[in-house]
Amino acid sequence: MHPSSYGKIGLHLNINGEERTVTIRPADTLLDVLREHLGLTGSKPGCLNGDCGACTVIVGDLPMKSCLMLAVEAADHQVITIEGLNHAPIQQAFIEKFAFQCGYCTPGFIMNVHALINRHPQADCETVKEWLKSNICRCTGYTEIEEAVRSCLLP
Amino acid sequence: MIPYDFEYYRPASVAEAIRLYGGLEKQGKSPVYYSGGTEIITLGRINLVKTGAVIDIKHIPECQVLGFEQNRLILGAGLSLTKLEEADPFPLLSKTAREVADRTSRNKITLGGNICGRIFYREAVLPFLLADSQVVLAGRDGIKRRSVHDVCNGNLRLDKGELLVQLLTERSYLELPHVSIKKRKQWETGYPLITVAALRKDDRIRVAFSGLCPFPFRSVELEEELNRRHVPLKTRVDQAVRRLPSPILNDIEGSAEYRIFVLRNLLEDVMEEMEGK
Ligand SMILES: Cc1cc2nc3c(=O)[nH]c(=O)nc-3n(C[C@H](O)[C@H](O)[C@H](O)COP(=O)(O)OP(=O)(O)OC[C@H]3O[C@@H](n4cnc5c(N)ncnc54)[C@H](O)[C@@H]3O)c2cc1C
Ligand code: FES
Ligand code: FES
Repeated sequence: MHPSSYGKIGLHLNINGEERTVTIRPADTLLDVLREHLGLTGSKPGCLNGDCGACTVIVGDLPMKSCLMLAVEAADHQVITIEGLNHAPIQQAFIEKFAFQCGYCTPGFIMNVHALINRHPQADCETVKEWLKSNICRCTGYTEIEEAVRSCLLP
Repeated sequence: MIPYDFEYYRPASVAEAIRLYGGLEKQGKSPVYYSGGTEIITLGRINLVKTGAVIDIKHIPECQVLGFEQNRLILGAGLSLTKLEEADPFPLLSKTAREVADRTSRNKITLGGNICGRIFYREAVLPFLLADSQVVLAGRDGIKRRSVHDVCNGNLRLDKGELLVQLLTERSYLELPHVSIKKRKQWETGYPLITVAALRKDDRIRVAFSGLCPFPFRSVELEEELNRRHVPLKTRVDQAVRRLPSPILNDIEGSAEYRIFVLRNLLEDVMEEMEGK
């Protein structure tokens, strides 16, 4: 990455295990770059204000709202988007537990709880509830989503 | 999308950050320090923050310190609220920080960004006001240490280009009895209607607030009233309310009258709990 001077910069990103090079504005958010430059439209724009979680991706091993992050900040990290999950257990669990309706919020939820399951495979109820507060769903009940998460945790 | 362009700098030392700020300021670029960046991005998107250059301070080693030196806890301004919560060196801070935004956003929001933010709740400063902490600041004149009260009690008083590097807290404050209560208008995440944090030191109860006024604060006069133990609690609370600074917020989260109503009940609960501890 070459900082300084207005205009565009060349940036190397590691997305879903692949090295990608993009030419972007330093003011572009990670969400802008994923969707507009890399065609990865699974991360959804919702509020663009950090409130809804629809844009959540995993950076390193943490869920991050990609509307709250500049793409340049992701340069030294591995980024995983919903397109990078390959039949993760939580994806199947969302289907089995009817954890979505329109599906707009689903990629964000899945990325958040995928990170949760990896970091805390035995997460207790309180931790699950705490993490789930980061995402908003306007259609379905949160009970089904919680059930999907629990079904992927170790006893 | 942020509707304007800016340059992005990533200094590796405090000195470089200060130099960059000075140089960019001279070039008319109105630089800003960029920590978690969440406020700069969200307010930038709607043109409420305008800058020609951001200086990302997260990679400065001093801003990432989390540890003890002699009898003092040192916390770097670039630490995320999640890191602080997980390491838990200052339980009252963990409790207060845990109520800011939501878990995913706290992976990005930093201690320094919360304390220096324009969004005036700045809840993470409350524990430091209660613990008489010190702040380490860097500016054109070098590094200095100041009392947190001089810089962060009420409106933020940082000079132009001054960088908050660290917060220092005496170890003896870290495990004192405390409570932190956040009341919201609704839901389980979101800005406070009122947040009260309290700490008991030498048998006196200290209290600090966010969400009551357009700045976080601790008031010695208000604490004087609350600590008159020979006076009935309700009277103490009445007297304390008279000592509130102004203005009391009157906005979409709640009217000023409603806030005072909630505050009275909160203060009674806090005092009862703290006096029992
Ligand atoms: C979804 C969401 C929910 C929120 N909920 C709450 C809440 O419940 N309670 C609450 O208190 N706040 C809340 N906030 C506000 C948030 O805590 C502040 O906006 C905070 O500034 C964000 O921290 P940051 O590290 O991202 O700051 P940044 O965007 O990096 O910076 C914010 C400001 O502080 C300045 N700054 C940053 N670091 C330093 C430093 N070390 N020295 C000098 N200046 C510095 C920057 O120049 C900028 O002006 C919320 C924010 C979001 C996005
Ligand atoms: S679009 Fe990012 S949190 Fe809503
Ligand atoms: S399934 Fe429609 S918003 Fe969640």
